[in-house]
Amino acid sequence: MEKQLALQLRGITKRFGRVVANNHVDLDVNRGEILAILGENGCGKTTLMNMIAGIYFPDEGHIYVDGQEVVIRSPKDAFDHRIGMIHQHFKLVDLFTAAENIVLGVHEEGRYNLKEVNQRVTEIAGKYGFHIDPRKKIYDMSVSEKQTVEIIKVLYRGADILILDEPTAVLTPQEIDKLFDVLRRMRADGKSIIIITHKLHEVLDVSDRVAILRRGEHIATVNTAETNESQLTEMMVGEKVSLDIERNDPVDAAPRLEVMHLNLHNAEGLHVLRDVTFTANGGEILGIAGIAGSGQRELLEAIAGLQPQMEGDVIFHNPKKDKPVTFFHKSMKRVRELGAQGMFHDQNMKPVSFDGMSTAEIRKWVESGNVLFKEDEIIDLRDKTPLEIRQLGVRLSFVPEDRLGMGLVGSMGITDNMMLRSYRKGPAGFLDRKKPRELAEEIIRELKVNTPGVNSPVRRLSGGNVQKVLVGREIAFTPKVLMAAYPVRGLDINSSYTIYHLLNKQKESGVAVIFVGEDLDVLLALSDRILVMNSGAVTGIVDARHATKEEIGLLMTKTDRARKEEA
Amino acid sequence: MAQASEHKEPLIHLSKRTGVAPLRAWLIRLAAVALGLIVCGLAAMLLIERLRDNPGRIGEFYYTFIKGSFSTSRKFWKFLKNLSILLCISLALTPSFRMRFWNTGAEGQTLVSVLGCIAVDFYLGGKIPEWLLLILMFIAALACGAVWALIPALCKARWNTNETLFTLMMNYVATFLVSYCLVIWVANGSSSLPKLKTGKLPTIGNDYLLIILIVLLLAVGLYIYLSYTKHGYEISVVGESVRTAQYVGISVKKVIVRTMLLNGALCGLAGYLIGAGLDQSVTVNSVGGQGFTAIMVAWLAKFNPLVMIITAGLIQLLNQGAAQISQDFNVSGAFPDVIVGIILFFIIGCEFFINYQVHFRSRAGQEGRSVK
Amino acid sequence: MNMWLNFLIDSLAFGATFMYGSTGEILTEKAGHLNLGIPGIMCMGGAGGCLVLNAIGKSGLPGFLIVILGVLGALALSMLCGLIYSFLTVTLRANQNVTGLALTTFGGGLMKVIMSKMDATVYLVGPKMLYRWPFAGRQDSLQCLGVLFFLAVIVALAASWVLFRTKVGLHLRAVGENPATADAVGINVTKYKYAATCIGSGIAGLGGFYYIIDYMASQEAYLSLEAFGWLSIALVIFALWRPHLTIIGSTVFGFLFSASSFITNISWIRVTMATKPILQMLPYVVTILVLVVTSVRNKRENQPPQSLGLPYFREER
Repeated sequence: MEKQLALQLRGITKRFGRVVANNHVDLDVNRGEILAILGENGCGKTTLMNMIAGIYFPDEGHIYVDGQEVVIRSPKDAFDHRIGMIHQHFKLVDLFTAAENIVLGVHEEGRYNLKEVNQRVTEIAGKYGFHIDPRKKIYDMSVSEKQTVEIIKVLYRGADILILDEPTAVLTPQEIDKLFDVLRRMRADGKSIIIITHKLHEVLDVSDRVAILRRGEHIATVNTAETNESQLTEMMVGEKVSLDIERNDPVDAAPRLEVMHLNLHNAEGLHVLRDVTFTANGGEILGIAGIAGSGQRELLEAIAGLQPQMEGDVIFHNPKKDKPVTFFHKSMKRVRELGAQGMFHDQNMKPVSFDGMSTAEIRKWVESGNVLFKEDEIIDLRDKTPLEIRQLGVRLSFVPEDRLGMGLVGSMGITDNMMLRSYRKGPAGFLDRKKPRELAEEIIRELKVNTPGVNSPVRRLSGGNVQKVLVGREIAFTPKVLMAAYPVRGLDINSSYTIYHLLNKQKESGVAVIFVGEDLDVLLALSDRILVMNSGAVTGIVDARHATKEEIGLLMTKTDRARKEEA
Repeated sequence: MAQASEHKEPLIHLSKRTGVAPLRAWLIRLAAVALGLIVCGLAAMLLIERLRDNPGRIGEFYYTFIKGSFSTSRKFWKFLKNLSILLCISLALTPSFRMRFWNTGAEGQTLVSVLGCIAVDFYLGGKIPEWLLLILMFIAALACGAVWALIPALCKARWNTNETLFTLMMNYVATFLVSYCLVIWVANGSSSLPKLKTGKLPTIGNDYLLIILIVLLLAVGLYIYLSYTKHGYEISVVGESVRTAQYVGISVKKVIVRTMLLNGALCGLAGYLIGAGLDQSVTVNSVGGQGFTAIMVAWLAKFNPLVMIITAGLIQLLNQGAAQISQDFNVSGAFPDVIVGIILFFIIGCEFFINYQVHFRSRAGQEGRSVK
Repeated sequence: MNMWLNFLIDSLAFGATFMYGSTGEILTEKAGHLNLGIPGIMCMGGAGGCLVLNAIGKSGLPGFLIVILGVLGALALSMLCGLIYSFLTVTLRANQNVTGLALTTFGGGLMKVIMSKMDATVYLVGPKMLYRWPFAGRQDSLQCLGVLFFLAVIVALAASWVLFRTKVGLHLRAVGENPATADAVGINVTKYKYAATCIGSGIAGLGGFYYIIDYMASQEAYLSLEAFGWLSIALVIFALWRPHLTIIGSTVFGFLFSASSFITNISWIRVTMATKPILQMLPYVVTILVLVVTSVRNKRENQPPQSLGLPYFREER
């Protein structure tokens, strides 16, 4: 069949600071084809597409549309060359109807007549088999309807080259089928479609050719008909790189955190956690692998008590058997409660009862170290707020993905950020800055944080230093469970190794470490076990010492349906 | 590619500064005030006939500025008194502004407190001992201010009602509440309440010294509260990021309501100082727009209670100096508003040059130059 | 019954002041800017118009020309204020509340300085008959409606038409709702913000002009103008950000504000002096109720524009 070139990229390079996002990428797109772009997180897929769509401007390289070299500086330029991109995060005005969003910013001759627009939108929708009500407001729409609006928005502007960034990430299987039908119809109509995805099954299902990107470079473009899943996975993840990360065998691994049948629907009503069940052991690093947005963030937030709508159980095992209770982590109220439940005995194994004792007497007894736990303490964290979890004496540390938006306060210095976790302690009313300052100084010294001083706002620190401050604080709290989401994202090699080392030290001291990562090489080298998530569900838990990258890659990318079909 | 690189960057490119040396920031602000004063001089030449005819007398204009606050000790005390009241209201607003709760209702919160304390004086004055009366007036003032601030705070916490518009409207409800009470209280229909003989805050030394000391104490106290207590810390965290607050288990709603109660109560204190300390009466103009001026004072000081002493002083200096000018040069009594307005424009505008960096792309397309 | 009609007409005439003010404010708010400078801008509009009338009042120019020049004078000064506000908040990204309040301080003050030196007999004499076209010379209450009143209604309706029926309005609303989205589809956010603020200020300025020379037509009118600027901001909420609803809202507000002097004539309502402030308080109370009820019902169409009060800085995308 005669192929006509619609778009050519030659030697496209883009750098962000010292990071090279795309390195001399060449790519051809034909008329009337669906080209899939495949690659891991951070391989530069989206950056490359953003340069075609006018969001970024390439540092080097040439772009040709229909054989003519073009310069694309803005989304408007892209539209002028009949290129349109559907971003992962929709750019829509919630308050407007579908049709109003579609005509927004389009310069047309003649009077503005919403009726005509509605009609034209319905026509376009009909032509490609969309179902859409042009009068419906965006805020009333499901995610898939919003996506439809974005696609029609691009078509309305006359785009012949459509770029879709992870269009299936937010859709149900039925919606994906519908979308693919639409894409095939557009292909038949002569449009060129570029679809970014990491789901292999979908790539094989819908595309004509596949271009594979790895670490900012174009690896190969193959005809879909001539390839298979394992070949694609291999090209996507590349050779295994052995990293020099220490890993000791777990000592006395005992269950610390049990997560059972966790389900969560987010604000948009999407089912983001599907029946997640797993156990994290003390003295072990549990890696969590998965494409970004597969529910990792929601899972950690649900455990930390930040997702009040979650269903299911989170059980915390506090290894307290025969250990004395202290007021360091337990309030007097909680000690009384536990006492009433008969949870304590003394050194002679005699049950402890606080009946009829005054607060001062209890305090004296507890502080003598003679009140011991009979059993390991078992605490259900379900329906607990972060503060309640803390007050129950559960030492759960959480290094969130959003460091400056959630984990730290950007305008405050290191000392004040240390206090976030501990400021409630100390004399009533007033803050005690002495200990936090000592802690801040210790972290600066131990982790070699590069900062002008303990009071200089953390916003001004580099990414690596910010992360050291955050991880340092969460560790200083001597956790029993440490959850870290993408702790090395954006960090240089040295800082990354500092973080790995810290996680390892926590593991050695018996902490259950949950590590959400994106680099499979790191996950394989650092973790003891790896839990793989895909679309909010656990698709497998593998032994990190024996698993291969391909194995994990397949678990990450296979859809439920594909697995069911295989079975 | 050559063609492309010409369009690499737009001509002017802005970026947020990550940090600026405090000294430099203050120099920029000082320059803005100086520039503003020059423009004020030009405006005066346009508006004041005597200067229009004889521009040489512009020196006298600036001299009168200083004279307004410092020429006699009576003027100086008046300056300190007005400064204290303005400062007190500005301080009251500070906790809520730190929390990014844009309270535009200080005027009403203060006015309603004046009304509350005068109401107690009006009904109970002479019937109970003076010391008890003063205490009851104090409680009434604080309670009224707190309630006035609490209503929008509860709606904000519960339904996320827009606090700027809500508090703004509450100002006028307070104004008409005062006119209503005056109609009821004043039998002869003149709607002006003669100065009451009871409920006068005792004086020490000068007439105004006690008030000045109370407000200074409040400034220091509030500084300590905001910087050194757990409450103050929680306010800062909520103001900076609600998500961080949730992450560490701070109840955002509780902090909003508690902080607005404090804000209202402090407005109540300002109302008490006006009602019991100065006027022993209430009119719709008892606060006289200082509730709005206080917003600007607090903002100029970047919500730092100690810096606020300076910014309130600056505004009061301008006000009183310009008032002297309107007297000496025979212009309308509204002239100070013009002067304050002009200076504010310059200070507001100069913040841009503190927070942002302007880069100009040079013609050759080389590295962008940056300009302060 | 005639009495009620008279009263309704008077309320309409009074309400035109806030009809102008809040139509102008709605345009600005729809672009995402809460302009608390509107009271000052209305004052400056009044001052600008009167300055012109003062200069040409006795020049013997034809009446309609004097009216038009007066309107232009009002537009010039109020739009200049709008320009100051936009420069500070759009270009220099200053805090909108503080800038607005400073503008109100400045505008209110400057108007008083200017007006106190002018001779009301000059700026008010003007072509009085002409503002009152076509009812001039009538003996009944219709005589208080004139050209500037009808202009207010037309402007309010036109503003609604532009906002909700044209492409320009669609773009403007997009800017106020979600400037990043508007920017991404190639709408010039800065241009729209400037234009909406300046045009809105011009419209609000006409309100001040109308109040001083037409509705009140008195020497002291300018002293009470600022308060009605604040009432205009309340009316924006009451009208749920829809200019055509300001026509009804302003009548209601005008009714409540002047009702106290009116109902003393009605035998079956017992009024005292104390009724007046309560009635005058009502517009604000009702506005608060509207604000709370809309936030409780949380219907998206009745909320303030989503990015109201937030500066837009593209690099933060």
